[in-house]
Amino acid sequence: MAAELLEGNAAIAEAAIRAGCEAFYGYPITPQTEVLEHFSKRMPELGRVFLQAESEVASINMVYGAASAGARVMSSSSSPGISLMQEGLSYIACSEVPAVLVNIMRGGPGLGNVQPSQADYFQATKMAGHGDYHMIVLAPSTVQEAIDHVVLAFDLAEKYRTIAMVVADGAIGQMMEPAELPPMRPVRRFEDRPEWALTGAKGRDPNVITSLYLGAENLEAVNIRLQEKLARIKAEEVRWKEYDTDDADLLLVAFGTVGRVCQTVVREARAKGLKVGLLRPITLWPYPEARLHELAGRVKGVFTVEMNAGQMLEDVRLAVEGQCPVGFYGRMGGVIPLPDEILPKLEEFARELGVEGAGDGAAHAEDADA
Amino acid sequence: MPEIPEDMELIYARPKSLTLNHTHYCPGCTHGTIHRLIAEVIDELGVRDRTIAVAPVGCAVLAYNYFNMDSAEAAHGRAPAMATGIKRVSPNNVVFTYQGDGDLAAIGTAEIIQAANRGELFTTIFVNNAIYGMTGGQMAPTTLPGQVTTSSPGGRVVQSHGHPVRMVEIMATLPGVAFATRQQVLDVRGIRKTKKAIKLAFQAQLEGLGFSIVEVLSTCPTNWHMTPEEASTWAKDQMAAYFPVGDTKVIPEVEALAKAR
Repeated sequence: MAAELLEGNAAIAEAAIRAGCEAFYGYPITPQTEVLEHFSKRMPELGRVFLQAESEVASINMVYGAASAGARVMSSSSSPGISLMQEGLSYIACSEVPAVLVNIMRGGPGLGNVQPSQADYFQATKMAGHGDYHMIVLAPSTVQEAIDHVVLAFDLAEKYRTIAMVVADGAIGQMMEPAELPPMRPVRRFEDRPEWALTGAKGRDPNVITSLYLGAENLEAVNIRLQEKLARIKAEEVRWKEYDTDDADLLLVAFGTVGRVCQTVVREARAKGLKVGLLRPITLWPYPEARLHELAGRVKGVFTVEMNAGQMLEDVRLAVEGQCPVGFYGRMGGVIPLPDEILPKLEEFARELGVEGAGDGAAHAEDADA
Repeated sequence: MPEIPEDMELIYARPKSLTLNHTHYCPGCTHGTIHRLIAEVIDELGVRDRTIAVAPVGCAVLAYNYFNMDSAEAAHGRAPAMATGIKRVSPNNVVFTYQGDGDLAAIGTAEIIQAANRGELFTTIFVNNAIYGMTGGQMAPTTLPGQVTTSSPGGRVVQSHGHPVRMVEIMATLPGVAFATRQQVLDVRGIRKTKKAIKLAFQAQLEGLGFSIVEVLSTCPTNWHMTPEEASTWAKDQMAAYFPVGDTKVIPEVEALAKAR
């Protein structure tokens, strides 16, 4: 299939449809609404379920119901709407039904604005809702990655019977760029739904989907099982990309839109003689902490750039474990930091650390994937 | 179940749609009666093996331990959203929610009204006992004016606490609703009529006629601090005066179903 010019939000919806999504339940909110609109047009055409719910509270519980019935299902929203879904996410996590969620993040707190932001990092990675659990969190930096991550999210959600969330921002959701959609997968037949699903107790004992476990020991046993699953995910599903890290004196760490901006920073810094590399986490949970720890042992400093007040910064510090200084630059409220402002901050950090910045004019290395 | 000798006829048995578990309900509580009526109806309609029950948060939170069928346990008030999610992807399943007054008429008001208004093809059994039972007797959206609870110790004052809400009257105004009724399980006649209403509600779902809801006036002897008999009498005298028993909406197709049987 050839690349075509696609808008991020519509591409996310179409990718989900091609991944076999049987039902979408959602509520309009900028800058995510085009996801919902695309589903509203395509799902009836394909004989699948689209329902505009009365709220995000309802839509996540509709997702919970459809997922309990064993259907491939998703919702999408933007930051304030995701806040409303926290209750449902906690129930889904404990009930261990697979669900996919997309957050096209916008500026906060509160109603904030509709500009691109990464201020929901804590919410996505440190626990949405109450109780001990994590979601798998994928952070695309291009429309193509957004497509790929949505498909991956469905597969990971079902593999681990968990929630997989794709966190993008308004920039990725709203921009158009060339990307390739995956081929259409067949929708799973009712007869092929998982054996744990609520399909009617015909010729078998009843299935129950619940998050209620009375008795401390009972609930602890469930928690232990959940933690074992999370440990498996941590061991097997960490993903990231690296750029020019082989000979780097300084390591940039950034994800999503600003991760893409930092690829330009790497090129510009290298053109000026500063040996900079970039680690761009793809999974924000599980975090690529082992690789970051390893790289931090080889560089003179790690510099984190985010579109928030410094949320991933905490995970960076935990992974670096004091092996080298950690710097930070962030913009908030929906401002995307540009290479022209990041580079001087990085150079300042480099000067403080006494990093060699002699420009020999050598061409920078080609981008390299991890 | 033991075999029935050829010269005998089975006239009464535990419905197949109920498990063998003992319920956790208090003595005199009417949840058990309502569970049984639902189970009898599901047995009679022969749909147990394609029915999915959605339990609430409240005293009936463990209803899935008693209904012998696939079941989900919803978040507080969200059963109608969960049932919507299930029914839309599994239209051939029979789906019902079982909800109390706090679940349905307070925290879940948006979900029940929107689901009803969309005409979702599931059935809701709404148990109204005018109190929060599981948390120990607090004021409910259906607590009567003057009724003493642990969170309205001086009795419900409508000027500050608001008025008890009549849900099936609201439901009657929504175009998506095929059948809305209020019944009671406070005496034998009421129990028999409640069963007929529950059956009609499920039949409306099976025929795809729209949303159906049966409100059931119920008792909570424990938190009302009454004997079961006193509780039934109080409910008949006081609750039924504010919450009149009877149908609030029956569309002609449901009327025809009722006449056909």
